[in-house]
Amino acid sequence: MSVKLPIYLDNAATTRTDPRVVEAMLPAFNDVYGNPGSRNHRYGWESEDLVDTARRQVASLIGADRKEVIFTSGSTESNNLAIKGAASMYAKKPAGQTGRGHIITAAHEHKAVLDPCKRLTKEGFDVTILDPPADGVITAAMIKDAMREDTILVTIMWANNEIGTINEVPEIGALCHERGVIFHTDATQWVGKMPTNVSTDNVDLLSLSAHKMYGPMGVGALYVRRRRPRVRLTAMIEGGGQERGMRSGTLNVPGIVGLGKACEICAHEMDSENERLHKLRVKLEQGITGKLDHVQINGHADKRLPHLTNISYGFVEGESMMMAIKEIAVSSGSACTSASLEPSYVLKSLGIGDDLAHSSLRMSLGRWTTEAEIDYVIDKVVVAVKKLRELSPLYDMHNEGIDLSKVQWAAH
Amino acid sequence: MAYGDKIIDHYEHPRNVGSFGTQKEIKERSDVGVGLVGAPECGDVMQLQIKVDDQGNIEDAKFKCFGCGSAIASSSLATEWLKGKSLDEGLAIKNTQIVEELSLPPVKIHCSVLAEDAIRAAIADYKEKNGIETADEHHHAH
Repeated sequence: MSVKLPIYLDNAATTRTDPRVVEAMLPAFNDVYGNPGSRNHRYGWESEDLVDTARRQVASLIGADRKEVIFTSGSTESNNLAIKGAASMYAKKPAGQTGRGHIITAAHEHKAVLDPCKRLTKEGFDVTILDPPADGVITAAMIKDAMREDTILVTIMWANNEIGTINEVPEIGALCHERGVIFHTDATQWVGKMPTNVSTDNVDLLSLSAHKMYGPMGVGALYVRRRRPRVRLTAMIEGGGQERGMRSGTLNVPGIVGLGKACEICAHEMDSENERLHKLRVKLEQGITGKLDHVQINGHADKRLPHLTNISYGFVEGESMMMAIKEIAVSSGSACTSASLEPSYVLKSLGIGDDLAHSSLRMSLGRWTTEAEIDYVIDKVVVAVKKLRELSPLYDMHNEGIDLSKVQWAAH
Repeated sequence: MAYGDKIIDHYEHPRNVGSFGTQKEIKERSDVGVGLVGAPECGDVMQLQIKVDDQGNIEDAKFKCFGCGSAIASSSLATEWLKGKSLDEGLAIKNTQIVEELSLPPVKIHCSVLAEDAIRAAIADYKEKNGIETADEHHHAH
């Protein structure tokens, strides 16, 4: 079976918008173009109906009430609103003072969580950034150990974007509720892929993005719990008072309709899709690890998303690897196309050495990934690694029994 | 990163890949000079070897490289240029010539510097093994 090149295995970066989603969005451009905030005419009412349907679709996917869904421009905004908005609302002291409250997060969170947390440290809050264990899974016990009298917020992602590991979200949420601490989770990589119920999973604030689940870019949502506890947030974007005053600005109706439709499709197809993608991922991992020595799959063996894998290839360098498999669109653990030569901070936080972090590839499968593509990818990767190891002085030295960690390298 | 044709060509068809023996063997061979520069945690390591004839000319050169496409191309090109040159001519190769020949983008200039370092290290190793005085080979520290 032939495959169309390049093969797209970067679904954790963004997904193709499902044609059914595009179809659903078109009326919001062509026919129903009113402002949902216009209360005096049919155009406005019809737009509001579209938004309302989408709100139910999003709520339904995550087990929430529709009134708990705040539409945003995507997860980055949702994370900013959740973290900065909750910190400001639940601060123990007014702005300008120190000791305003304690926040817990982890070192392998997305920058859209870490950077708002870092800003809060400059604004009088104390932030604990947990070092993840080697398997990447943050447990409730780790959070419990980090908790203090003045902890006001815990923000831990549901599934990691680079390695796909799954944190103990329901357990962390239960702990937070016991202690009266607000719990936010960045669920960008999780929602739409895995079953989610904010009630039984004990989540207070949850960020999600449409373009990670076959919806359009530029739209997402923040779930904000309304009961037990009722969570309040200080708005970041002020103006017309839309979205219960938590996020002003005219609603992105076509985008919201797309998000809603994407959620509806995911809800219907999640189970069968997971099973299919998990089989393909296992095939991919076994195909690669079975044919190459010195490769390692990063993150916990089982507590991982079904469609994502991050593999380090010893003795080969990331960018040359990307060049060797240029027919496959993947993400590199090394940002070495920039001048900084910094390997992934996520992999480093797991204690993976710089040399292996430099040579790591994230492959994320999606709705249109086929078995023929996976077969092609296995062959390409194996050939590429073998070729680059032919070139690699490190592989030679290793095979001659030289301990690379003991060599006096001339760092530059 | 979109690379120029010459980098791609060297990357896809690297010249003179290899070694004149195991690490132990090349250490002992007095007609071979070895330069090993870079570090794994920086993302590039080059190993450049020269084989020198009785007249003091570089009759063969080989390389291995752990690094990005530019690093591979820079070291591949270095072996091509070294073959047939005297030691002094080898030392005259400058990283800027490599940058120019391969049209290296600015963020990849360090790859050419590394290749120049590797050339100097290989020649210095050969001279040391053979008791040849090195005049002024340490000005390129960085």
